Amino acid sequence: MSTAVSDQMVEKSFLQALNDAIAFSMRNDFRVIVLGEDIAGGAGQGTPLEGSMGGTFGVTKGLLEEFGKDRVRDTPISEAGITAATVGAAMAGLRPVLDLMWASFAPNCFDQILNQAAKLRFMSGGQAKIPLVIRMAVGGGLRAAAQHSDTLYPLFTHLPGLKVVVPATPAEASGLLIASINDDNPVVFLEHMALYRTTGLVPVNHEAMSLGKLGVLRPGTDLTIACVGQAALLGIEAAEILAIEGIDAEVISLRTLQPLDLDGLVACVSETQRLVIVEESPPRCSVSADIAASISELLFGHLLAPIGRVNSAATPVPFSPPLEDAYLPSVAKIVNKCKVVLSAV
Amino acid sequence: MISIKTLEQSFREMLRIRLFEERVRREFGKGDMPGFVHVYVGAEAIAVAVCSQLEKTDMITSTHRGHGHCLAKGVEIAPMVAELYGRESGLCHGRGGSMHIADFSKGVLGANAIVGGGIGLAVGAALAAQTLKDGRIAVTFFGDGASNQGVLHESMNLASIWKLPVVFVCENNGWAESTPASYSTSVSDIATRAAGYSIPGVAVDATDYGAMHIAAEQAISRARVGDGPTFIEAKFPRQVGHYVGDGEAYRNRDERKNARDSDVIAKTRLALESRGVDVISIVSETENLIIKELDSAFDAARQGKWPSTDELEKYVYSS
Repeated sequence: MSTAVSDQMVEKSFLQALNDAIAFSMRNDFRVIVLGEDIAGGAGQGTPLEGSMGGTFGVTKGLLEEFGKDRVRDTPISEAGITAATVGAAMAGLRPVLDLMWASFAPNCFDQILNQAAKLRFMSGGQAKIPLVIRMAVGGGLRAAAQHSDTLYPLFTHLPGLKVVVPATPAEASGLLIASINDDNPVVFLEHMALYRTTGLVPVNHEAMSLGKLGVLRPGTDLTIACVGQAALLGIEAAEILAIEGIDAEVISLRTLQPLDLDGLVACVSETQRLVIVEESPPRCSVSADIAASISELLFGHLLAPIGRVNSAATPVPFSPPLEDAYLPSVAKIVNKCKVVLSAV
Repeated sequence: MISIKTLEQSFREMLRIRLFEERVRREFGKGDMPGFVHVYVGAEAIAVAVCSQLEKTDMITSTHRGHGHCLAKGVEIAPMVAELYGRESGLCHGRGGSMHIADFSKGVLGANAIVGGGIGLAVGAALAAQTLKDGRIAVTFFGDGASNQGVLHESMNLASIWKLPVVFVCENNGWAESTPASYSTSVSDIATRAAGYSIPGVAVDATDYGAMHIAAEQAISRARVGDGPTFIEAKFPRQVGHYVGDGEAYRNRDERKNARDSDVIAKTRLALESRGVDVISIVSETENLIIKELDSAFDAARQGKWPSTDELEKYVYSS
């Protein structure tokens, strides 16, 4: 199997997978443009012409050289203005990919996301088509403190009209970003900062993944650990620890929070009959709360234990390292929660 | 000075909007139109001066007070009225209503009920036109209230640095709901703010149709040839309440009377008469045409089907 796989897959970083996915989409469709703060770098004024920065994390590095200044635009620090402009540009025929840098900056353009991008198709009775991807870096662990570490997963998921995509692996980064750019709806694409340097196998053919299908990252029979984005890597580590104790945990990457693959999740949990949900955002009105409610409704009599949830704390993200570590979901917290769920009769 | 033919044609179009809005006001009083409405009475010169000089493919964004923009851009009356009544035959199949009327086939990218909400969208539409090099331009209408929204300033800056084919049209009627611009706004001519973004800004008396027409012509021409954005502040006094039913207790009685005395349609009528035009015939012709159209539009809307509740979730996503 490994030979067959290596024919079609190539090892790359999560960051490179995103970069390649954008470049692939731009080569295929002249309507795809990228814009955002610092996404080219120096507004392309370096010598020789260079995208020396390529965004805060380097995701868009090199695109300026290939696609030029009209399709790779540095913007002023004007989140409301640039988000509105990409919504308008999408309605008028482009397929913009906007980099908002950090999700914590999204409140600066929440009118444009909530009232414009999410609602215009509905309010216009289906006339508006808004093929827009808004990329944002999310998550804690960089000691970036409260205003550069939010995930806001539930906030975006709450808004009908948006799709919400949260990749966990380089393969998902590639397949889901290509699918998001191909999609005719506004898509919020959330990239956890701890993932950029992780590596994995990615299909060489740039195949799009379906939005609305979860991925099973590790099969297992004793319980299901359903994870949002980067939490899946913690889930896998937890499953490996549990395996030592003879517990066979299934680990799922939900991949898209809207649409949510509830059917897929029900199928998995029907088999294992135990569910733990892991999500890096505060617990109230969260993705985990929503999924727990749905699974309880659908599988109440079939579950062997109450559904377990591992969220971050109900605080802004703290700066001090021990505080931030205590705030975040962790492998240990997941292992402990799984044991609680497994010990219930 | 604009030609007598242009003035006459524009007078007909302004009158058409006025008659539409007066009818909406009366019909709203009957109590069977859902929600609430804001009418364009007194502002007609702005929509007509701008939209009569646009191409069908050019794009506009409008406001909660947007009926005039839609009519001037060529939107048909019957589906517009059906939308006011929330019917399936409405332009937005009853999903939008008065404050969100859109007709993409006419370049109307939507009325927007968030103050300033349409400004950035028009800048983006202009970005698309510039990137695709398809010759379209975009116009955004907004009020003096929106001139104090941050997104306007971000949008003007973007339009300026990228030299986008967009026209900013600030309809300054002196009032943001019940708050006077004289109180809320740091400058008496909002157009002066355009200088801060290296954009030409011009303040125009929007009760003078000819002046409004020429200002629009110049701004549209600049956008069309690639010279970038223009900011027009179209000044006129608000003749009516913020919404239909607003008693305006917060407003000075003399100011309200003076507002009606400088009505653009009355002024244009006098101007045409002084140039020897038979205005009485024009008025009766226009009235006869539109009254029939309105009668049938309101009848059809009232009898129109409601959207099916089975289709509540339709149009949330594009499939």
